[in-house]
Amino acid sequence: MLCLELLLDQQGATYPDISASFPYANRMQRTIADLLGIVTEPMEDCRPWLNHGAWPADYFPLRHEVTGKETFPACELQDYPFVRVEGDGVHEIAVGPVHAGIIEPGHFRFSVVGEKVLRLEERLGYKHKGIDKRFEEIPAKDGYRLAGRVSGDSTVAFSWAYCMALESICNTRTPARARWLRAVLLERERVANHLGDLGALANDAAFAFGLTQFMRLKEDWLRLNQRLFGHRLLMDVVIPGGVAVDLENAGISELLTQCQVIAKEVQNLRAIYENHAGLQDRFIATGRVTKELATTLGLNGFAGRASGVPADLRADFGMAPYGGHDFKKAVHRNGDVAARVTVRFDEIAESLRLIRLLATELAPGEVVVPLEAVAETKLGAGWIEGWRGEVFIALESDGEKIRRCHCHDPSWQNWPVLEHAVIGNIVPDFPLINKSFNLSYAGPDL
Amino acid sequence: MLKTLFQIGKQGIQTEPTPDLGSDFLLPAHRLRNEILEVLGRSLTIREVDAGSCNACELEIHATNNLYYNLEGLGIKFVASPRHADMLLVTGPVSRNMAMALKRTYDAMPAPKLVVAVGDCTINGGIFGENYACCGGVGKILPVDHFIHGCPPPPIELLKGILTAVRLRYGHPVVQDK
Repeated sequence: MLCLELLLDQQGATYPDISASFPYANRMQRTIADLLGIVTEPMEDCRPWLNHGAWPADYFPLRHEVTGKETFPACELQDYPFVRVEGDGVHEIAVGPVHAGIIEPGHFRFSVVGEKVLRLEERLGYKHKGIDKRFEEIPAKDGYRLAGRVSGDSTVAFSWAYCMALESICNTRTPARARWLRAVLLERERVANHLGDLGALANDAAFAFGLTQFMRLKEDWLRLNQRLFGHRLLMDVVIPGGVAVDLENAGISELLTQCQVIAKEVQNLRAIYENHAGLQDRFIATGRVTKELATTLGLNGFAGRASGVPADLRADFGMAPYGGHDFKKAVHRNGDVAARVTVRFDEIAESLRLIRLLATELAPGEVVVPLEAVAETKLGAGWIEGWRGEVFIALESDGEKIRRCHCHDPSWQNWPVLEHAVIGNIVPDFPLINKSFNLSYAGPDL
Repeated sequence: MLKTLFQIGKQGIQTEPTPDLGSDFLLPAHRLRNEILEVLGRSLTIREVDAGSCNACELEIHATNNLYYNLEGLGIKFVASPRHADMLLVTGPVSRNMAMALKRTYDAMPAPKLVVAVGDCTINGGIFGENYACCGGVGKILPVDHFIHGCPPPPIELLKGILTAVRLRYGHPVVQDK
């Protein structure tokens, strides 16, 4: 990790455009322009990203001189200049922000010829609710709750990353038992999401059996979360200084039993998936992202690993308790929907193995310690391999108040890759491809 | 194929009884279906709109369709178009970027236009508050029949809340459990 500091002049501040080296920086740079009024030099893509007209173009909510409480009369609808594809028989399909299902809002503009997708352009930002500014209003010790609601399906990853950042500022070391429990929680979150998506993927390929089966396993999984940790999705369980809930011995044995049961069930279902010709026909060669493309565009998380990019913080960073457990990365070369399905199956198996190991070697002792006081405002960082990819949090605080906090969802990097993954595929395969990545809208919209 | 059939057979029917709407209100599934028929003359159809949630509510709304809760078995189903919907199920504190889309979805619905808001942040913005980008509650945009508390509300609370909203609108007695 590299932290670069660049001092800006007060007036007309600019910074170098880095989107040539890091293509996914495009949307982040546009976000910075929308929220802070700081632009790159040169700024080739000047289209607003988060500002859909709800506030004036000369209002910059993240600047300290405004409170963020200012409201403005609703503006007229503004035209967003999508890139047009010209040619004989090319037409556009506009989808969203409200989709035909229980899904988050976002707009997709497809340019197609017949059934074939020539180009997809995403327009997101519909869920922007000013989380970065909101952080400045809440005490540092409570920030983990807001961080845990940046993207609800990754609540453990975000709250852990937030706590890691705050604990580094406060120079506080969490007890070993808390660290082990945090990893158990993170792996449980990973398994829950993979279970849900594996079911939904089969459903999108018209194999409803898969959805029914995996939703049953997921429900069993979430109910044990509720019983052992007091929340089905594990919200607010990771807290600054440790974790909010300890595991009793009875709970540990329940955990171990469930891991065994789920491992066996998933193995059975995997065999059914792999032998189902119709399913494999839809999965194989669909939505392919080559290793070259994945590397150029910065695809991360399990989707990156399915395209042969072997990055996984749990192994590469080796932070306790992940180091020393012979952790195996799930990697595949094909980069298609089938590869992402395979990697998800492999990751479930590995997470179940890890949970069993971690739960049996829990160190005795306390699960939470108080944070130490700090004298000055410092910068802290949290970096966690969530189920979707790398979650990063930068926090500037004196341990009491939050000066700034930014939560970075891995979907920032992965959304632009989806635009490439669908090229040349047919429109009906889009839901399948989209689901195989299952990116967060709430996370990057903030 | 054999494996698939074997798995279906082995699993059997796992659907659980319909939730109790309060101590005096034990509701067998057939009575509930009758009540929905009586009130709406057909099944209850729901259009869900995410107006800026953190996506946890969506996960739990999905869960109401799993085989344990079996929402469709009660004659309640999610539909793709607001024009086919009796009820609008809204999540999130309503980001200003979604306000217009939410209002338009509501406008596209035929009567009775029931509105149920899901999650603590739909009440007053909750943890997200109210600011330049966030309206701070569904009530600011639409008339809300019923709020379902929780962050996120578990599936059983969602079921109860949906049924409570139908009854509130049509004057049937509702016993709230605290």
